[in-house]
Amino acid sequence: MDLSLATKDEGDITVVEVGGEIDVYTAPKLREQLIELVSNGRYQLVVDMESVDFLDSTGLGVLVGGLKRVRAHDGSLRLVCTQERILKIFRITGLTKVFPIHASVDEALTATD
Amino acid sequence: MPTVELTFSPLAAHVRTARLVATAVARRAGVEDALLDEVRLAVGEACSRAVALHARYAPDTPVEVCLTDEPDEFTVVVIDRVGDSGDELAGGLSSIDPMDLVSPDSEPGPLPSGFGLAVVTSLVDDAEVERTTTGTTVTLRWKAPATGLAS
Repeated sequence: MDLSLATKDEGDITVVEVGGEIDVYTAPKLREQLIELVSNGRYQLVVDMESVDFLDSTGLGVLVGGLKRVRAHDGSLRLVCTQERILKIFRITGLTKVFPIHASVDEALTATD
Repeated sequence: MPTVELTFSPLAAHVRTARLVATAVARRAGVEDALLDEVRLAVGEACSRAVALHARYAPDTPVEVCLTDEPDEFTVVVIDRVGDSGDELAGGLSSIDPMDLVSPDSEPGPLPSGFGLAVVTSLVDDAEVERTTTGTTVTLRWKAPATGLAS
């Protein structure tokens, strides 16, 4: 399964819907998408990972890079994920401490912390 | 003798193939369903690392993966042919403060060298990394369930 990407703006926030597998082969595509959004002045991002089937450390690296880029503009990068198979790699790497992870896009859009 | 042997050119696109084959052989070997995602991620990480090293230092040499279905365990061995890769993350994942990864002082870019292998050794209870002057062998083992592996 390849990577699918779609974006939609909700006011100041851009939701990036990601589907498929984020690995060493597909992660560059996600990286380019996040860089393009930041280049276009979109600094409040929600990455919806509910349709992601696989995520490895290369994908984590891209998300960490994206978080650093939006933070440089006082922005935020929130994740939407309820799948245990995906959450596990965030937990074992301690990255649950740096990414706000939400159960739904609506929850991420209304989060204020 | 391994049940299935794979050798593939060091291209990122082939890592997915290795993951798929490893997961399929693990399932057939009787590895519990709950562990198949672990097999998939660990094999993917080990192969991604090997592919990255080969692509840089030995692009004409294939990466090797051996999958062995034994009566009491399922074993995956990922072999690269790059000596002194220098990607050992001393102390593993516990040596990294996640907050440092997103520090404004650090450039956006890949995670620290050795991060993927540290994920493997954190994820898999029985993971062994043997480094020699000619390359690295990553051995991953999953025990069979009490009922034994499927024949």
